[in-house]
Amino acid sequence: MSDIPAPFALLAELTHRCPLSCPYCSNPLEMVRGAQELPTEIWADVFAQAASLGVLQLHLSGGEPAARRDLPELVAAARAAGLYVNLITSGIGLTPARLDALEAAGLDHVQLSLQGVNAQSADKIGGYKGGFERKMSVAGLIAERGLALTINAVMHRTNLDDLPRMIEMARELGARRIEIACVQFYGWALKNRAALQPSRAQVDQAKAIVAAARADPAERLVIDFVPPDYYADYPKACMGGGWGSTGLNIAPDGTVLPCHAAQTMTHLQFPNVQTMPLREIWYGSAAFNAYRGDDWMPEPCRSCPRKAVDHGGCRCQALALTGDAAATDPVCRKSPDRAKVDALLAEGESATEAEWTYRMSPV
Amino acid sequence: MSVPVLPRGVRLHDDRVRNCKVLLGPERALILDESGTAILSAVDGARSIEQIAADLAQRYSAPLEAVRPDVTNFLADLAKRRLVDLV
Repeated sequence: MSDIPAPFALLAELTHRCPLSCPYCSNPLEMVRGAQELPTEIWADVFAQAASLGVLQLHLSGGEPAARRDLPELVAAARAAGLYVNLITSGIGLTPARLDALEAAGLDHVQLSLQGVNAQSADKIGGYKGGFERKMSVAGLIAERGLALTINAVMHRTNLDDLPRMIEMARELGARRIEIACVQFYGWALKNRAALQPSRAQVDQAKAIVAAARADPAERLVIDFVPPDYYADYPKACMGGGWGSTGLNIAPDGTVLPCHAAQTMTHLQFPNVQTMPLREIWYGSAAFNAYRGDDWMPEPCRSCPRKAVDHGGCRCQALALTGDAAATDPVCRKSPDRAKVDALLAEGESATEAEWTYRMSPV
Repeated sequence: MSVPVLPRGVRLHDDRVRNCKVLLGPERALILDESGTAILSAVDGARSIEQIAADLAQRYSAPLEAVRPDVTNFLADLAKRRLVDLV
């Protein structure tokens, strides 16, 4: 039919409501209110549509997905559709009874976020007193049940030095995998960039720690590491394989986006699952076709051999830093806008402690 | 005699859109070729690597000496990525 590949993954933001207020939240600045969230039956239908489109992995995210009372029903519907179901959670709201219900519904995997290695650090970042203690208890409940667990550690200037302890904690909590994700600057994180941006020395140290752990034959933990891209010479690939190539994101109100950060692209009209079939959105919508292939690319991307690797880099970052979503990602050394990133880095190196703005939860 | 087993959070999936078997795990989806499919379909938590290799050698009328290293290396690689446990 076309050379557009079928998508592998769907990130379903079930709600934007969340008890935590992390200042780097990946939700958009303008959040969806509870009353606008899709009901259970529409989500269930969307999961079935996604599976028939070729999606294999479903990531149930938020906000805090456990804020949805119908979470076990949603998991059951996704499993019935044939999807691998991953729950991305802060852990807050996961009681023993709810975990039992999720396990019975067929939940495949839990990704539990940790904001820090102790209550003082974690609860300050999450803006939620008692959160760390609750997370430790939820991790215990997950381990008791033998559910597959990944620790999701979001790292930035104020906690990157705690990385060795974070890796150790993932082992202690019985995780098989840790995802160490340095904050990428979009939305809330971009607003708080001055307070969150790690120094080059911190990043180099973190890379060395990860490399040493991976090289250790006794290390049983799978370690995925996402470095902060501002320090890189070349941009990260848009969505791994390019815009509209591997995955899609659905916001709590049913808006379908090629990436969770794409809400900033106000020049595009993102379709909604309530008014268009997912297949048509994926293959036919203007928004999903906007940056496919390379016809849209400017120089230096268009004639660059790396275009097959990074697809021009991140569209959302190009928009955020240059004002033009079709520009070369300014992280790239070949970008005419690289000076903008270097200026931000220089500012970060000289910055003193900055205050951050907490994310707010919609009602 | 190590016995391969798929841990919780990892399962073999029949992908009817791409017409193949896929090994699904945390943030991983491995599209399997014919040989990978045959090996993982034989992983039942009871048979050892040696038994699986012998079964496959018989089924495909291939010499055990040729099949054994393929089965061993494939499962060892997945074990390293924690998509298979060797117990």
